[in-house]
Amino acid sequence: MTAHRFELTASPHIKGPDSTPVIMWSVVGTLVPVVGAAAWHFGPSALLVILAATLGCLLSERLVGPGGAVRDGSAAITGILLGLTLPATLPLWMAFVGGVFAIVFGKLIFGGLGQNVFNPALLGRAFMQAAFPEALTSWPGPTTSWAALRGDNFALPFMSADPAVTVTGATPLGQMKFEQIPTETIDLLLGSTSGSLGETSAVLILLGGAYLALRKYLNWRIPISVLLTVGVLSQIAHVADPRQYPDAVFMLFSGGLMLGAVYMATDMVTSPTTNTGCWVYGLGIGALVVLIRLWGGLPEGVMYAILFMNALVPFINRATQPRVFGTGRGVAT
Amino acid sequence: MKLFGVTFRHGVHPPDSKSLTEHVPVRRMPFPSRIVLPLRQHAGKPAVPLVAVGDRVERGDKVAESDGFVSVPIHASAAGEVVGIDWWPHPDGTMCESIIIDVEEFSAQIPRPRTIPEWDGLSAEEIRKAVQRAGVVGLGGAAFPTHVKLAPPPDHEIEWLLVNGAECEPYLTTDHRTMVEYPERVHAGIRIMMRCLGVKRAVIGVEQNKPDAIEALRATLPTDIDVVVQPLVVKYPQGAEKMLIHVVTGREVPSGKLPMHVGAVVQNVGSIATIAEVFETGLPLIERIVTVTGPGVVRPANLIVPVGTPLQDVLDVCGGITEDAAEIVFGGPMMGSSQPDMRTPLIKGTTGVVVLTRAEVKPKHTYPCIKCGHCLDACPVFLNPSDLGLLAQAGRYEDMRTAHLMDCMLCGCCSYVCPSNIPLSQMFSLSRNALRKQDAAAREAQSAATAGASS
Repeated sequence: MTAHRFELTASPHIKGPDSTPVIMWSVVGTLVPVVGAAAWHFGPSALLVILAATLGCLLSERLVGPGGAVRDGSAAITGILLGLTLPATLPLWMAFVGGVFAIVFGKLIFGGLGQNVFNPALLGRAFMQAAFPEALTSWPGPTTSWAALRGDNFALPFMSADPAVTVTGATPLGQMKFEQIPTETIDLLLGSTSGSLGETSAVLILLGGAYLALRKYLNWRIPISVLLTVGVLSQIAHVADPRQYPDAVFMLFSGGLMLGAVYMATDMVTSPTTNTGCWVYGLGIGALVVLIRLWGGLPEGVMYAILFMNALVPFINRATQPRVFGTGRGVAT
Repeated sequence: MKLFGVTFRHGVHPPDSKSLTEHVPVRRMPFPSRIVLPLRQHAGKPAVPLVAVGDRVERGDKVAESDGFVSVPIHASAAGEVVGIDWWPHPDGTMCESIIIDVEEFSAQIPRPRTIPEWDGLSAEEIRKAVQRAGVVGLGGAAFPTHVKLAPPPDHEIEWLLVNGAECEPYLTTDHRTMVEYPERVHAGIRIMMRCLGVKRAVIGVEQNKPDAIEALRATLPTDIDVVVQPLVVKYPQGAEKMLIHVVTGREVPSGKLPMHVGAVVQNVGSIATIAEVFETGLPLIERIVTVTGPGVVRPANLIVPVGTPLQDVLDVCGGITEDAAEIVFGGPMMGSSQPDMRTPLIKGTTGVVVLTRAEVKPKHTYPCIKCGHCLDACPVFLNPSDLGLLAQAGRYEDMRTAHLMDCMLCGCCSYVCPSNIPLSQMFSLSRNALRKQDAAAREAQSAATAGASS
């Protein structure tokens, strides 16, 4: 009793249950089924690509980042998310380099966790799009067996994939944009189409997102506003010219929109801190996605839409600060 | 009045942890062998001792007094001999000059006869004088002298008396037990305050996790004055003055202003009962109800504790602390203060003693801010704790002032929800102190300059 030493802490002396590593690892946890679906659709290649990207992230965080930062889980999220934006045909060394770039230039160079302006996974993806344009757009086609590799995954570093090994297909968005061929809605929902690894499991992504939203690990206003904006705008365009523009269901469930809206745009670090700001930010992303997809030169625009809105986040925050209690219109004169 | 619970926006939901003591009746603890009365008991000027070492004092004797308007005298809470006027650990973490009294053994501790008159025939001014003479301060924690609250400046019309029975701090049950066991005292206190303030309406706000308190207050509700019981949603900080006023009256206290600017006076339910008690017993404020609780206490209890009883004696009465006790907090766990020293006395503003074990003590490791915005969703006054925290780290105190740092109530909601465990409210408290020092230095320089110019 006399030897008892007591803690001396500032108030509050108790702490809520949430912690940054718990949030991060929960996100990783909800991504496991999505990764599983990718493996179901694209075979071992899917797992290899995601693993390579994640390894690139974790290793560079471990070697370049502050000590112990790997344990907070944020680098693992970046790796898995980056992997999910890649095609199964990709040579693994490219995925690895993308992971390194995402962490070093997407996060650490800004000062590490919490300091980065852009979503690191998307920045890594944007870098790869510029560095390996061909590899990034060779989407896998049908193969003979599940276990078959979808492409030249084991191409040597600094070598391009051997085109002979890859059976390429076209994504629903590409088919729509360049050939005006629509895809069956049921195929979009189940993900039995071609595309990047995470473009295929809208249902699982929505379930994971719903769980995270319930735990308040993501701000539900962001995915809701993104999806609502895309749905409304594309439906308007569709009604105006049904032959030229696809309907809302196609727009919502094709491409990387689900993954982007639920997992990329909601990255806490690079999204607004105010709730009003989240609505504005989501609206901006949705509008840009529709703009790029329907009138831009690319079939898909989720990545650029989110990166562009990331850059605006500080301004959105500043413009949407809450009204402090006892100031402004709340005060009776 | 709304039938169902009402509440404010934002705030947090810590586990209320009140089951340890909420149904434990209040009992009187035996007198300790020594009491320690810090000369600085509350906001306002510190008191000057009226006794010397070797003096004998009776229970209820005035032992120190201050001449400021915002201060009250200090009374001996037990009969005995003054054995020292020394520096002693104070609950606020500093050392403070204190009167130390060795309590007379085997004394019946019979107080002197009535020193406070009955209130019935008194004028408002006489009531205020008597309340000041009785050393009555708010018992909710801040220990603001009650007679000051009874004398609002004449340019503000007071419409509402709000009685704060929210007791939103986890663990604490002193107000709860007061409402259940002494509802008539609460009503009598309300009557006195209403007479003093000249208000027509009183509302008692009680969180819904105290249905027995609501029932007891309603069962004894006086019919000749307009007083109602308003159930409140269980949420922290429901008992914060500004939140309670907003919930009951719909008015926001303007930034930097006081409750009376919106025509309200808020008084904690325990303090109101104390007003009635001093007039009832004729004794000054020399004891109070304290919740001694937490998983680190062997037998949690609600005790009537003589003011100035050292922490050790209070814990001994409750069977001592457990092996894994790790932190002792005076007040509630959200806004109370950690105590390092078992000799520290409980004072008039000590609402509770909460002993936390290793399991409840918050983790030490912090992570960088991940901009999750949870603190913005928690802040009851709609500040941006995330930005304020970054400004504090950069030492940009003036920018923090612009960002309404002074509106922060230090309620701790932001720290409580922060997943990165950033000590936001501590940073805000320190930043405010830095600003206050800076302002004081600026004022001094200003007055020195004017003095130099005039000479």
